[in-house]
Amino acid sequence: MSNIIERIDAEQMRMDHPDFRPGDNVKVHIRIIEGSKERVQIFQGVVIKRKRGEMNATYTVRKVSHGVGVEKTFSLHNPRIEKIEIVSRGRVRRSRLFYLRDLRGKAARIRERSLNN
Amino acid sequence: MPKSMGILGKKVGMTRVYTELGQATPVTVVQAGPCKVLQVKTVETDGYNAVQLGFDAKKASRVNKPAAGHFAKSNSEGYYHIREFRSDKAAEYAVGQEVNLSEFVKAGDVVDIQGTSKGKGFQGVMKRHGFKGGGGAHGSNFHRAPGSIGCSAWPSRVIKGKRMPGRMGNQTVLRKNVLVFDVRGDENVVLFKGPLPGAKNGLLKIFAK
Repeated sequence: MSNIIERIDAEQMRMDHPDFRPGDNVKVHIRIIEGSKERVQIFQGVVIKRKRGEMNATYTVRKVSHGVGVEKTFSLHNPRIEKIEIVSRGRVRRSRLFYLRDLRGKAARIRERSLNN
Repeated sequence: MPKSMGILGKKVGMTRVYTELGQATPVTVVQAGPCKVLQVKTVETDGYNAVQLGFDAKKASRVNKPAAGHFAKSNSEGYYHIREFRSDKAAEYAVGQEVNLSEFVKAGDVVDIQGTSKGKGFQGVMKRHGFKGGGGAHGSNFHRAPGSIGCSAWPSRVIKGKRMPGRMGNQTVLRKNVLVFDVRGDENVVLFKGPLPGAKNGLLKIFAK
């Protein structure tokens, strides 16, 4: 019976996103509607968290905008997300990077990860 | 109980579906129909108008003889669930006719849905009636108890209807004006917005409006 649900979920799942991890710097292209116009807004920052779960998976992107930390949590399968672009891959030693909230400037840098590790 | 024709369904479970605007909507997936008309009741013969539907086919070897006789009238082997729908349009249905989901619901409609809520067992007043309870710490000796249940010498009894601990759930629940989110007629699957009463595989009566 529950394979009906699996099928409904599978229809909506976004399999086109690249594989990204916490620590990666990404550009999230969001289609937003302003009045009657639709445009793409880009939110660029570091992925600080990925929440697993099939349909319920989310990821959180953090950036510092005009000196203020901004975090946005997106659902992984949301159809309004046009694409996720990986700017750089970071090497980090934990899966939740909440420690970045307490760091500023140089201290908040993340080491680059080469693709083969 | 709503007096309208409808269909029987089984709760499959819940998931989320995105709308065009990217809003995640919680939906309950229901496998509804096909049902068979087992009997048509009319004012002349039974005193009221109703259609009796069978849902979820059963093997002939699992049907007892009295029930098999009833099923034979509609030329069917047997069904796990038999329910009646009170409807003045009962005369429009014929015994043995198959009833499908798409006749009653389409996306955007609102319907009423009846089911049996999950049994919660014997529960206290906080869970059963939403009493506030007392403090958990700071030396409080009053936690989840109901407190006073009435006065003293007068009336020297507890007033009727006083909310107390007891069996909770396992009751017939009717949810009104449930939005039909999507209908997949070829699979006999319908998606309703929001939760519906009962556990997975629980029987639901869907009343068309």
